[in-house]
Parts: sequence; C-alpha cells; structure tokens
Amino acid sequence: MNTLKKAGYLVALPALLIFIWWISTLGSTNFFVPKPGMLVDKLVTVWTGERLVEDVLPSLTRLIIGILLAIVLGTGLGILVGTTRWLRNLLEPVLEFFRAIPPPVLIPVLMLLIGVNDQMKIAVIVSGCIWPVLLNTIEGVRAVDGVLSDSARTFRISGVARLRYLVLPSASPQIMAGVRQCLSIGLILMVISEMFASSEGLGFTIVQFQRSFAIPEMWSGIVVLGLIGVAMSFMFQWAERRILGWYHGLREVEHAE
Amino acid sequence: MNTTKRLPTGPLLGLAGILGFLLTWELIPRLGVVNPRFLPPASEVLGVFFSNLGLGAFWTAVLDTMTGWFLGLLIATAAAIVLGLVIGSSDFLRKATNSTIEFLRPIPSVALIPLAVLLFGLRLESTLLLVIYASFWQVLIQVLYGVADVDPVASNTAKSFGLGPLARIRYVVWPTTLPYLMTGIRLAAAVALILAITASLIIGSPGLGKEIANAQSGGAISQMYALVLTTGVLGILINMGMRFVERRTLSWHSSVRGEVVV
Repeated sequence: MNTLKKAGYLVALPALLIFIWWISTLGSTNFFVPKPGMLVDKLVTVWTGERLVEDVLPSLTRLIIGILLAIVLGTGLGILVGTTRWLRNLLEPVLEFFRAIPPPVLIPVLMLLIGVNDQMKIAVIVSGCIWPVLLNTIEGVRAVDGVLSDSARTFRISGVARLRYLVLPSASPQIMAGVRQCLSIGLILMVISEMFASSEGLGFTIVQFQRSFAIPEMWSGIVVLGLIGVAMSFMFQWAERRILGWYHGLREVEHAE
Repeated sequence: MNTTKRLPTGPLLGLAGILGFLLTWELIPRLGVVNPRFLPPASEVLGVFFSNLGLGAFWTAVLDTMTGWFLGLLIATAAAIVLGLVIGSSDFLRKATNSTIEFLRPIPSVALIPLAVLLFGLRLESTLLLVIYASFWQVLIQVLYGVADVDPVASNTAKSFGLGPLARIRYVVWPTTLPYLMTGIRLAAAVALILAITASLIIGSPGLGKEIANAQSGGAISQMYALVLTTGVLGILINMGMRFVERRTLSWHSSVRGEVVV
C-alpha cells in the first residue's frame, strides 16, 4: 500500500499535465504546439539511427571529456592552491574574477584563439566548468578540521597519505557541490557552443529545425536535452550517495544528538 | 568570503596577483607567443574598456542586459515565492509536485532558446523567458527548503493562539524562510546574468552578448575582449550587491548562519 501511494505521488501530477496537454491539443491545429503522440513519434524517428551517431554521441563525448577534464584539473589545481597559503592569496582575486565572467562569452574568444573545431568546444566546456570545482576545492581544502590536521601531523602522516586520508575526504562535500554546478554549466555550454559555431551536434540540429520551422522536430530536440539534463542529475545523485554516504550518515547522527 | 580573517598581507598579495596576471597578458602578445591580432595586449584592451565608459551605445547595451536580468529575476522570484509558500505549506502538494519539479529543474534553460526565438524573435522577451526559467527553480527550491525548516513547535503555538493561515505565513513561515530565500535569490542572480548575456549572444536580442558577437564577427578584437571584461565586472558587482542586500535584510537574524555552499 505504501509503495503504491508513493508511486501515485510520483506519477499523478505528470500524468495529469500530459492529459491536459493531450485534451487541449486534441482538436487544435496550432502550429507551435505539437500533439503528445506526434512528439513521441518524432522523438523516436528523429533521434534514433543516423542522428544518434552523428549528432548526439559526438555532443555527449565532448561533454563528458570536458567535464572530466574540468573536474581533474579543478581538484588538482584546487588542492595545490588550497594548501599553499601564499599562492591562494596571490591568485584568489584573479580566480574570483574569472568565475564572475559568464562562461558563454568565452565562446567567441576561444573561437578566435583555437578556431572552430572539437578542441574549441571542449575548451569552452572546460573553461566554464572548472571554476566551481576549483574554487570549491580551494575552500574545502582550506577548511580542513584543525584538530584532524594536527593529529595527522603528530602521527607524521604527510604527502600522499595525508592527501588521500585527510585532505580529500574532508574537502569532498565541497568538491561535490562544485561538481554538481559544473555538470549543469557543462550541459549549457555544450549546447551553446554548438548553437554558436558548429555544423553538427545537438545544439546545431535543434537550431536548424527551428530555422526551417520544423516545429515538432524542434520540440523533440528540446525534450532530448531535457532528458540528458535529468539523466545527468540522477547519475550525479547516485554518485554523490556512493561517495558522500559516510558524510550524510555523519550529519544525520550529529543532527540526532 | 571572510576577508577579515585574512592576514594583512593577503590583499597585497591579491593585488600582486592581479598585476602579475595583467603583466603576463601584456607580454604574451608582445613577445609573439600568440598573434596580437587574436589576443591584443592588456593595455590595449583596458584602453578600449575605459573609452567604452564614455560611449552611449555601450551603456545602452549594459542597460538592456541589466533590464533583462532585473525583470527576469523579479518575475521569477515573485512566482517562486508564491508557489513555494503554497506548495511548501501543504504536505500533499509537496509530495505530489516533487517528481515534476525534480524533472523540470535540470532541463537546461538554453534548450528553450529555439522556442524563445519562435515566440518573441529578437526582442527582450526572448531574454526574459530564459532568465525567468533559469532563476525560477533556484529560488523555488530554496523557498521549499525554508518552509520545510519551520519549527513545528512555533507553528503549533501560533495555531493554538488562533493565528489564521495568512498571519501564520507572515509571522512564522516568512521569517524562517527569508534566509533561504535570500540564498536562493543570490544564486539566481548569478545564473540570471549568465542567461541574460547568453540569450543576447546566441539569439541576438539587444544587450552585451550581441555586442560581443558583433565585435567578434566584425574583427574588433580589442572591443570584444573589453566587453568580455565588462561582463566579468558586472558579475562581480552583482555578487557584491547581492551579498550586501542579504546582510541588510537579514541583519535581524540572530543565528549566525554558516555560509551556504554556493
């Protein structure tokens, strides 16, 4: 009964909304709003087969490479800058400024410096995604618990072991918060870099549909982007539970006391 | 950021960092590492940046961008507060809307760009649509957290004293929600600026983004860098302004909240 109730809460509202959508487009010939059945049909016919291989997969590959690079570079540099006091003081204002620049404006800049190719699009994703990871890592590394840090020193834990067992775990909640931001920025930049300068990819295809007034196809593209966003968010939540399970458990215990 | 805790040498080192960055930027094109046509030296870009400040067209673009930013943020916040209070105060609504919200929230707002172009063309409304969609969820989620955080004892006490639903919202729910709301607005303000500039860059609606795209395609490279610099300055100003507003609004808030992770 309980699971049934939960399932009801899960699907009731979406079902209702789709029903309203279906009813209201039943007799309409509105050019801009496709019918639900037609949209699902387009979703299958447009985005499977050739387009999947030629547009969707290259886009996703660039996105994944860009995000992974940003996470690796961001945490690496973040640990370096976060543990070195003078370096942190030296670089903080410059980094804060770079974070404040809206990442999409870097597209024209990188287009000029690198040209229009895959490397440019990956560079755009990296240059936008790296800041939340980098700055959060710096913050997280800086905020390592003083007692733990002193204990580690007393036990002569240093170098790689210190990094592995003290710095990384205690910074990980902050780093994950940065990664969460990095994912959504990455998706945005993937789409925009293709809309602005490309001849293939998801973003380009959707704009192409819009320009040729292929409205149901355009909507189906928007749905595909939405699905990718939702999938990424679920994967992140799963990964976060795996990585930060101990942390959430700790928090719960602390709250219960 | 806790600037007060920093050593006195901190700001000086920071200044050195900025100067060092500018010097590197100046030297890279001058020494021919990168073609100056693609990366003009810092002095040239800064010169264009400051001469922009005297131009009417520049301020029109800034004003267009900021109008989209402000109106979008305002509408999104107002809608999110109303919906957040309604959904948050009913257990049933909260459960029923959860899946829909979790599904709609991660949809990247740039996916709506083609739709915005179809509906509004190159006008400011296109920008508004994207800004509202992006910032709405940030605020809504925080308001929902805030309403959920209301102390049940306080809420029940207010009920026993015969406070009506509106009075309860005003005196019990609102003060609890306000800190969360301010965090939400601060996060939304940053996102709104990104979208305001992106929309104008991609769609070509009036604003700084369009100017950047024009400068790039017209070969006015120093101008392009100067405008990119401008967007960074706007970002910093907005962030500082938001923190100021947050401190002012919450000056009564007795508990010193730990800084929410941005």
